[in-house]
Amino acid sequence: MAGAFSPAIPTIDDLTAMRLRDRQRESQIIQMRLVWTLVFVVIVLAALVSRIVWLQWAQHDRFRALADQNRVQTQPIAPPRGLILDRHGRILADNQPDFSLVVIPEQLRDMEAALSGLRELIDIDEDQLERFRAQLSQRRRPWEPVPLRSRLTAEEIALVAEARHEWPGVRIEAEAIRHYPYGELFSHVIGYVNRINAQDISAMDEATLANYSGTNFYGRAGIERQYESILHGTVGYRKAETNARGRVQQVLDETPPIAGEDISLFLDLDVQRAGWNALGGRRGAAIAIDPRDGGVLAFISRPGFDPNLFVTGISLSDYGAYREDPDRPLFNRALQGQYPPGSTIKSMMGLAALEAGVTDWQRTIQDPGFFRLPGTERVFRDWKRGGHGKVDLHKAIVESCDTYFYDASLKMGIDHMSDFLSYFNLGRRTGIDLQGELAGILPSREWKQSARRSSWFHGDTVNTSIGQGYMLTTPLQLAQAMAISARRGKQHPPQVAMAATATTEDKDLILKDPNNWQLMEAALTDVIHGAHGTARAAGRGAKYKIAGKTGTAQVFSLASDVEYKDLDVSERLRDHALFVAFAPADNPAIAVAVLVENGESGGRAAAPVARAIMDAWLLDGKGNLRDLSKPRLSSTGGGESP
Amino acid sequence: MSNHEYLRQLPSHQRGPGNLDLAFRLHIDMPLLAGLLAIMGFGLFVLYSAGGESMDLVLRQLTRFLVGFIVLFVLAQLPPRTFRFWSPVLYGIGLLMLILVLVIGTEAKGAQRWLSLPGIGRFQPSEMMKIAVPALVAWFFRDRALPPSMGDTFVALMIILVPAMLIGRQPDLGTALLISMSGLVILFMAGLSWRVIGASVAGAAIAAPLMYFYVLHDYQRRRVDTFLNPEADPLGAGWNIIQSKTAIGSGGIQGKGWLNGTQSQLDFLPESHTDFIFAVLSEELGLLGILLLFALYLFVIGRCLWISYHAQDLFSRLFGAGLALTFFIYILVNVGMVSGLLPVVGVPLPLISYGGTSIVTLLAGFGILMSVHTHRRLMG
Repeated sequence: MAGAFSPAIPTIDDLTAMRLRDRQRESQIIQMRLVWTLVFVVIVLAALVSRIVWLQWAQHDRFRALADQNRVQTQPIAPPRGLILDRHGRILADNQPDFSLVVIPEQLRDMEAALSGLRELIDIDEDQLERFRAQLSQRRRPWEPVPLRSRLTAEEIALVAEARHEWPGVRIEAEAIRHYPYGELFSHVIGYVNRINAQDISAMDEATLANYSGTNFYGRAGIERQYESILHGTVGYRKAETNARGRVQQVLDETPPIAGEDISLFLDLDVQRAGWNALGGRRGAAIAIDPRDGGVLAFISRPGFDPNLFVTGISLSDYGAYREDPDRPLFNRALQGQYPPGSTIKSMMGLAALEAGVTDWQRTIQDPGFFRLPGTERVFRDWKRGGHGKVDLHKAIVESCDTYFYDASLKMGIDHMSDFLSYFNLGRRTGIDLQGELAGILPSREWKQSARRSSWFHGDTVNTSIGQGYMLTTPLQLAQAMAISARRGKQHPPQVAMAATATTEDKDLILKDPNNWQLMEAALTDVIHGAHGTARAAGRGAKYKIAGKTGTAQVFSLASDVEYKDLDVSERLRDHALFVAFAPADNPAIAVAVLVENGESGGRAAAPVARAIMDAWLLDGKGNLRDLSKPRLSSTGGGESP
Repeated sequence: MSNHEYLRQLPSHQRGPGNLDLAFRLHIDMPLLAGLLAIMGFGLFVLYSAGGESMDLVLRQLTRFLVGFIVLFVLAQLPPRTFRFWSPVLYGIGLLMLILVLVIGTEAKGAQRWLSLPGIGRFQPSEMMKIAVPALVAWFFRDRALPPSMGDTFVALMIILVPAMLIGRQPDLGTALLISMSGLVILFMAGLSWRVIGASVAGAAIAAPLMYFYVLHDYQRRRVDTFLNPEADPLGAGWNIIQSKTAIGSGGIQGKGWLNGTQSQLDFLPESHTDFIFAVLSEELGLLGILLLFALYLFVIGRCLWISYHAQDLFSRLFGAGLALTFFIYILVNVGMVSGLLPVVGVPLPLISYGGTSIVTLLAGFGILMSVHTHRRLMG
C-alpha cells in the first residue's frame, strides 16, 4: 500500500496480493468448514450409534419379546368332534374332509377382479359373497385366509386350481366338517352343527372360550347341541415358527388335542327307518321308547330337513324353501308339536275313574250316541252315531266310547282327573335330553284361572275326558305316557343318549288295586286284537300282543250338532290321526306314539306306522319274536356305515 | 504442493514404487478405492442374507457395482476443469428433463419420476440432479468472493430450489429434500455465516408445521403421522417402522448371526434388501457389524474431506466437500429412518442397499473426487 498522502489507487502488485490474501482467506474458510463437517459427521455418527445402543441394549428385552411374538405363533388345533352312533354303533354323524375356497386379501392385487373371475368359474351366490365381505371388514391378522366358499366339488377344485395362477392369494384349504350320512332321517333328533358365531362366543366363559379357540363349528340343535361339551373335546396347541405370511416354518412344540367323545344313542337305525318309511309322505311324528330303560328307539318327525345343508351355512334360497314349505320341515313335531290327545288318553281316564271309585269293570251305562250335561240342554256327541248301546269300561276302551267317559268324568271331577293324569307326565316336560321340548297342557281349575282368567265349567270336564278341549300333548309325551303305562306306573325319563344320566323326582303311580293295570292292558289289547277293536286292522298277523289305543284330534272345533263330512273338508282341515301302544302287552319292550297330521283315522293312518316300528324292534331277521331279554341284533351288523 | 510433497504425506505402505505410480497414473486414489471396496464387499455379504440367500441378487448387484466402477474410472480420467466446464450444461439438461418428466413422464406408484427414452430405457432425471445441483452451485462460486454475499447466496438458493421444487411436484419429496441438502452443503462449505444458518434452521422449524398442513400430499402426511406414532396403525403404515425397530433391537449387541435374523428371514421386515437393509445388518451382526460399517463410512468420508481439503481450485474443493457431505446425509437419513428417528423416506443405504441408479450416481461422484485428487499436480 502507498503512503497516506498518495492517491489510493492500488497497483497491479497490490491487486495480486489482495487476491492472494483473499484466496488464502477463502481457503481458510473452506478448510474450517471442512473441519466443522468432520466434527458434524462424527457427532451425528455417535448419535446414531447411541440410538442403536438404546435399541439393542436398553430396549433389547422388549424387542426380543416382540420378535418372538412375531416369530412364534401359538396355534390352536381343533379337536376332532366325537361321532354320534346308534345303539349298534352305526355312524349317524361323522367328520369328513371338505375343501373350501379361501382368499388371502394381502396377496391379492385386485380383489374385485378376482371375485368376479371366480364367480364366472364356480358358483358363488350373493349370500356367500356378503358373508365374505363381512368377514373382510372385521379386524383380522394380516395374511389370515378368509373363507369364500365351502364344499367345493372335485370339478370345482380342478377349475380353480387351473386358474389359480391368475390370482395369487386364492387358495383351496381342507378342513373337517360334520357329515350326516342319513340326511333328513335323523334331522330332528340329532340336529346339526354350523359355524360358530359371535353370539356363541360372547356367551362363553374364559375357559370355554380358550377351548374353542380353534373350533369352527358349534352344535346348534338336537343331540349336537345337547351334548356339545362332550362331543367337542379339548383343544390342542401348536407352537410354531411362522413367517409374516403365517406360513409355518417349523413346529417348536405341540400339545395334541383330545378328541371329543363319541356318543352312543339308544336310537336304532332300523326302527327309525321302519317308522320313517311307514309314515311315507305324510306329515307326522312317531316316538318309540323302550319302557325298560327309557331309551328312545325312534324319534321321527316328518318332513325332516337335510342337516348337511346347514353345516357350512345354508344358502338363502335353501333356507327360504324350508321356511316357505307349507309342510314346515323345520318344525319338530315330535318335540314341539302340541296336539289334542283325543281318545289316546282313555286308558288313563279309565284308570282315573277306577281309582276315584266312580266306576268298576262291571258297571254299565246306556249310550244313545250323545250325552246331555245334567241340568242343561247342552249335548256332547259320541263319535258313533246312534251310540254303542250298553257299555262297560272294557267295551268303552275297545270301541272308544265317548259317552262312557263323559259320564265318568263328571262323577270324578276335573281335580282328580288332572292329578291322576299328571302321573303320566302330561302337562309337563318329559325331561328328555333334547332342548326345546314343549310341555303341552293338562287342564285344571288353576290352569284355566291363570291362563284363561276364567273359572272351570262342567263342559270343560266333559271335553277333557276324551282328550279334547284345552288339553294338548306332544307326541313325545304320549309315548312317555305309554311307557309309564307299560311299566305300570313306574317313572323314568326318556333319553336319547346312552350316557344320559337323567333321573326323575316324579312319584310312581301306585294304584289302590294293582289288578286294574292288568285289566286295562287286556282292554287295550282288544283294541288291536278284539273283534270290535278300533285298530284291529293293524294287529293282523302280529306275532305278539299289542296293547294300544287309537285317537283323533280335531284340527277344527265344530259345533257339536254340525255333522261333518270328511270329504268336504280340505285335506289340511281333517282330523289328526293318533295311535299309542306298547308291546308285547304282557312283557312290554316298546312303547310307541304316532301322530299323522290330517290322517283322520287313528286305526287306519297311525296304527300301521306303530306296527312297523314295533315289528322292527321286536322281531328277529326271520320275522319271529326275538328273545327280549337280550339286546336286539342289528339287521346289518354293528359299525355299518351307509 | 509438488508431487514429492504429495508422496511424503501418503501412508507408507502406499508409497512403494510401482504401486503408487500405477494407481496415480490411472487416476485412482487407492485409500478411497479400498474404503469403497470394503463397504461394497460388506454390503454384498449383508445382501446375500437380506435377499433370502439369493446368489442371483448378489450377482445383479455386483453387475451394478461394475458399471458404477467403469463410470468412476472414466470420470476419474477427466481433469476437474472438464466437470467445471460441463456443470452448467449438465444442470441445464437435467432441468429440461425434469420439466419433461412432469409433462410426459411415466407414472409408477402414484408419482411421475421416470422418463422413458427410446433406446436407453427408463431413466430418473432426479438422480442426475444429485450431482448436477451441487456441481452448478460449486461452479457458481468458483470465482466469487467468499463468504458469499447476500446476492450470491440468493442466486445459489435459486439454483438449488428450482430443480428441488420440480422434483417435489412429481411428487418425490424425499429426493427433493436430499437434492436441496446436496446444494445447501456447498453453501455451507462456501462459508455461509453461522447466523444465516441459525436463522434458516429456525425458519425451517416454523415452516415445518405449515408445510404439513398446506403443502404435503395425503400420503406424505400419513408418513409423518406414522413416524410420530407408529403404534397407531401397527398392521398398516406403522408396520415398517415397528418391524425394523424390532429387528434392530432384538439383534442385541452381538446380533443373531448371519442368516439367522428372524425378522429378516421370516419376512417380517419389509424392503429388507433395499431401503431397510440396515435393519438386517443390525439384527444379524449386532452393534459390532454396525460399528464396522460406520468405521468404513467414516474412513471414506474422512478421505473425501481430506481430498477436498487439499484440492487446488475452489470448484473442486467445494464440489468434493459437497459430495462427501451429501454421501453422509444419505447415511444419516437412511439409518435415522430405519431406526425410527426420522420419517420413512425412500433413501437407500449408500453402497449397501440393493438398487440401480443410486449406486452409479454415488460412484460417479467418487470418480470425480478421484479426478480432483489425482490431477492436482498438473495444475498450477
